[in-house]
Amino acid sequence: MADKATGEGASHAAEAAGHAAEGGSGLNIHPMDQFVVEPLFSDGPVHMFTVTNSTLWLALAVLGVALLLVVGTRGRAVVPSRVQSVAELAYGFVHKMVEDVAGKDALKFFPYIMTLFLFIAFSNMLALLPMSFSPTSQIAVTAVLGFSVFIAVTVLGFVLNGSKFLGLFWVSSAPLVLRPILAVIELISYFVRPVSHSVRLAGNIMAGHAVLKVFAGFAGALGLFSFIPILAITGIYALELLVAFIQAYVFTILTCVYLKDALHPSH
Amino acid sequence: MEGDIANLGQYIGAGLAGIGSGAAAIGVGNVAGNFLSGALRNPSAAAGQTATLFIGIAFAEALGIFSFLVALLLMFAV
Repeated sequence: MADKATGEGASHAAEAAGHAAEGGSGLNIHPMDQFVVEPLFSDGPVHMFTVTNSTLWLALAVLGVALLLVVGTRGRAVVPSRVQSVAELAYGFVHKMVEDVAGKDALKFFPYIMTLFLFIAFSNMLALLPMSFSPTSQIAVTAVLGFSVFIAVTVLGFVLNGSKFLGLFWVSSAPLVLRPILAVIELISYFVRPVSHSVRLAGNIMAGHAVLKVFAGFAGALGLFSFIPILAITGIYALELLVAFIQAYVFTILTCVYLKDALHPSH
Repeated sequence: MEGDIANLGQYIGAGLAGIGSGAAAIGVGNVAGNFLSGALRNPSAAAGQTATLFIGIAFAEALGIFSFLVALLLMFAV
């Protein structure tokens, strides 16, 4: 039984970079195998424009967002259908978040933040389907999202406020002696933002999916008592559904916080 | 069992970095618990503060993420 489970994974198990747990006996499901990026149509190496499983699920996420917003609101009914009310709820939710956290003048950037939220939420949710691939578990994907927010916000801050943007690092409410030390700390914490912003999303999604796979391995090893890990998987799956939404929410709300810093840099 | 002493140190270091995740868990629990104790005293003001709650959780979590990053670097990059 255990052999059947690894039969699929064994072919690309060797490809998995830094596969540390190889050769151990007992657990035969490799929890990190689900994160291997591999080409969809061929066996060759992955190049710049190779269509991979990551590409497929990213495209599906975009398609899902488009379906929700374009097809869902096609009727423009006064009494909304179910899909339309989901689209309206999502719109109102993000709109209120931008207005509350970043202020009224940040609403110019609402389309970008809405795009981020829906894209991350959809790719997190689609990744919870069985046999799917989770694009947001790849640091490469989340780093693009996180660093684009960072660069956009920094450029915006300098364009809108000029050199006053540097006031973000000069804490004018602190005693004068402390200000240079605080400036160094503020500078470090500013440049660390995109790293924590992107690794938070990737780490949460990756850890959640790895835990699901580890418990699936327990179910294979326990035989008759496998109903215990299966019940646990059901619970963890519900938790992962919550995490998928909360991580999209946290990513967007932090984008709003960074945007607020760029629009009003006074400390 | 095979491998050299450098691998041993690498894995021990990665394991030690995992302690940071536990410390971040304490921090996140602190934020959420304090929010709840405040929210139960004044439930009408709680709804407007959920955004602050999540921002606080995110900042508390950030340093746990760095320990996770250190563990990842030790396992795969060093």
